[in-house]
Amino acid sequence: MASLAAAIPALPRRYHAASIWALYVVGLCPAAWYFYQAATGGLGFNPVKTFEHLLGIWALRLIIATLAITPLRDLFGINWVRYRRALGLLAFYYVLMHFSVYLLLDLQLNFAAVGGDIAKRPYITIGFAALLLLIPLAVTSNNWSIRKMGQGWIRLHKLIYLIAIGGAVHYVLAVKSVTSGPFTHIALIGILVAYRLIRRPLLNWKRARRQPAQAAR
Amino acid sequence: MPAYRPPHIASSEITPKNIYLSRRSFIGAAAAAGFGLAASGDAWAAPLNTVPGPYKLSEKLTPKEAVTSYNNFYEFGVNKEDPAQNSGAFKPTPWSVKVEGMVGKPKEFGLDEILKMKLEDRTYRMRCVEGWSMVVPWIGFPLSAILDQVEPLGSAKYVAFETVVRPEEMPGQGGLFQPLPWPYVEGLRMDEARHPLTILAVGLYGETLPNQNGAPIRLVVPWKYGFKSIKSIVKIKLVEEQPQTTWKNSNAREYGFYSNVNPAVDHPRWSQATEQRIGEGGFFGTKRVDTLPFNGYANEVASLYSGMDLKANY
Repeated sequence: MASLAAAIPALPRRYHAASIWALYVVGLCPAAWYFYQAATGGLGFNPVKTFEHLLGIWALRLIIATLAITPLRDLFGINWVRYRRALGLLAFYYVLMHFSVYLLLDLQLNFAAVGGDIAKRPYITIGFAALLLLIPLAVTSNNWSIRKMGQGWIRLHKLIYLIAIGGAVHYVLAVKSVTSGPFTHIALIGILVAYRLIRRPLLNWKRARRQPAQAAR
Repeated sequence: MPAYRPPHIASSEITPKNIYLSRRSFIGAAAAAGFGLAASGDAWAAPLNTVPGPYKLSEKLTPKEAVTSYNNFYEFGVNKEDPAQNSGAFKPTPWSVKVEGMVGKPKEFGLDEILKMKLEDRTYRMRCVEGWSMVVPWIGFPLSAILDQVEPLGSAKYVAFETVVRPEEMPGQGGLFQPLPWPYVEGLRMDEARHPLTILAVGLYGETLPNQNGAPIRLVVPWKYGFKSIKSIVKIKLVEEQPQTTWKNSNAREYGFYSNVNPAVDHPRWSQATEQRIGEGGFFGTKRVDTLPFNGYANEVASLYSGMDLKANY
C-alpha cells in the first residue's frame, strides 16, 4: 500500500510553507466565487439560501479532508500532516461564514428568530453547538498552544470527531430527503470517524506483522 | 453583371422529411443529454385564451423567470434548478387524465377537451412547506368542473391524484437514490376538492404550463403547502377512505394529510411563522413576510375545518 506514496512525487521541503499558504488561498476560493455569483445573480432565485448551503457543504468537505489526513498516513504512507491545521482552520472559517450568512442575510439579525431556532430546532441546536466547539480548537491551533498544552491539546482536539458527527447530523436533519449528495458526505464522515475506533488494533496488527519479517532477515 | 447561378443540390443531400420533422425530438434529447436547455416538447408551448376569474390578489407577481426556474419537482431531481434543467425530454402531449373510482360515469379526458374548458386567470399565493413563497398567475378551471362531469357517488368521500411515471423522460425517477417512491400521489377531502379555490391548472403567465411546473395539467390548492398541489396528473380517483399521500407516507411525523398553511403549527424541524418571497430583495435584502393562516385564504376555507384540532390534523 505504501506504493501509492511512492507514486506521488515528494514536495521539496523548501516549498512546504508556500504550499500551506497556497492551500489557504485555494481553500477560500469557493467562498469568494460563490459570494461573487450570489451578489451578481448567478446563484438563482434564492441566492441567500444557496450560498448558505454551499458554505455549509464546503465546511463539511474541509472537515472530511481534516479527518482524512491520519488514515492517509496510516494506510497509504502519505504524510500531509503539515496541511491539517490549514484544513481545520478553513473548515472553521466556512462554518463561521455559514452561520454569518444565516444570521445576517437569511434571518437579517432577527435575534428572536435566531434564538428560537437554536432553542427549538434540533438541527440548528446541533449546528450551533458544533460551531461553539470549533472555537477552542481554532484558538489553540497555534504552535505555542500545542507546546504549552501537551497531552491536553491532543485530548481537546479529539473534539473534532464530535464536531464532525454533529455536522453530519445537522446536514441530515436539514434536508427534506437524503439523496446521493448528503449521503456521500455523511458516509465519508461515518467511515473516517469509525476508522478511529479500529485504528489502534489495526496499527498494532500491522506492526506485529512487520516485526517477524524483519527478524527473519 | 454575371447572373447568379443557384448551386445544384443533389437529391441525396436533401434531408428526408421524416428526419427533418423529428428535429424537435432531437433537440429535446440533446437538451436531456446535458445541454441544459429547457426545450418543451412538441407544440405544447402556446398562449392560452382566458377569462378573468374570481379571487383578485393585489400582491406583486413573482417574476416568471423565478416561477419557472425555482421549483420542487423531484421527478426531475431534488435541487431547485433541476426541474427546469432536466425536463427538456418530457413530452406533455399527447396526454389524458383518467377520472374513475366511485363515480357514475368514469371518463378519460384528453388534453384537447381539457383545454376547451373555460380557462380562468387565477393569481394565487403559493407557500412551500420549506418556508418560501411566490405569487403565481395560474390559468385553470375549478376541479369541480371535472368532478361534475363524472357524477360522483354519494359514497365518495375523498379524491386521490396520481402523477405520471416515466423514468426515461423524468431523470429523477431513475438512478440509485430515489428520494420518494413513485408515482407521487396526493389527495383531498371531497369538500376541499370541490371548493371553488381548488383548480386544475394548465398554464401560467398567459401560456401553457412549462414542464418544470407540472405540464400539462396540475392541481393548485392555494391554502395548503405546495406539495399538495400535485403535478403532471394522469389519474384522479374518487374513493371512500382517506387516500395515501407521498410526503405523509415518507415521513408522517412531519407531513400530514391536510397540510394547511399554518404559521402557528411549526414543522418539527423549522418554523412556519414567516416565509421568504422568492425573486424579491435579492442577495442583500431577502424579503421575509409573515405567513398567514390558510395562506391568507382563511375567509374562504377556515369553515371547512371548524371544530377540527389543526395542531393534531397538520
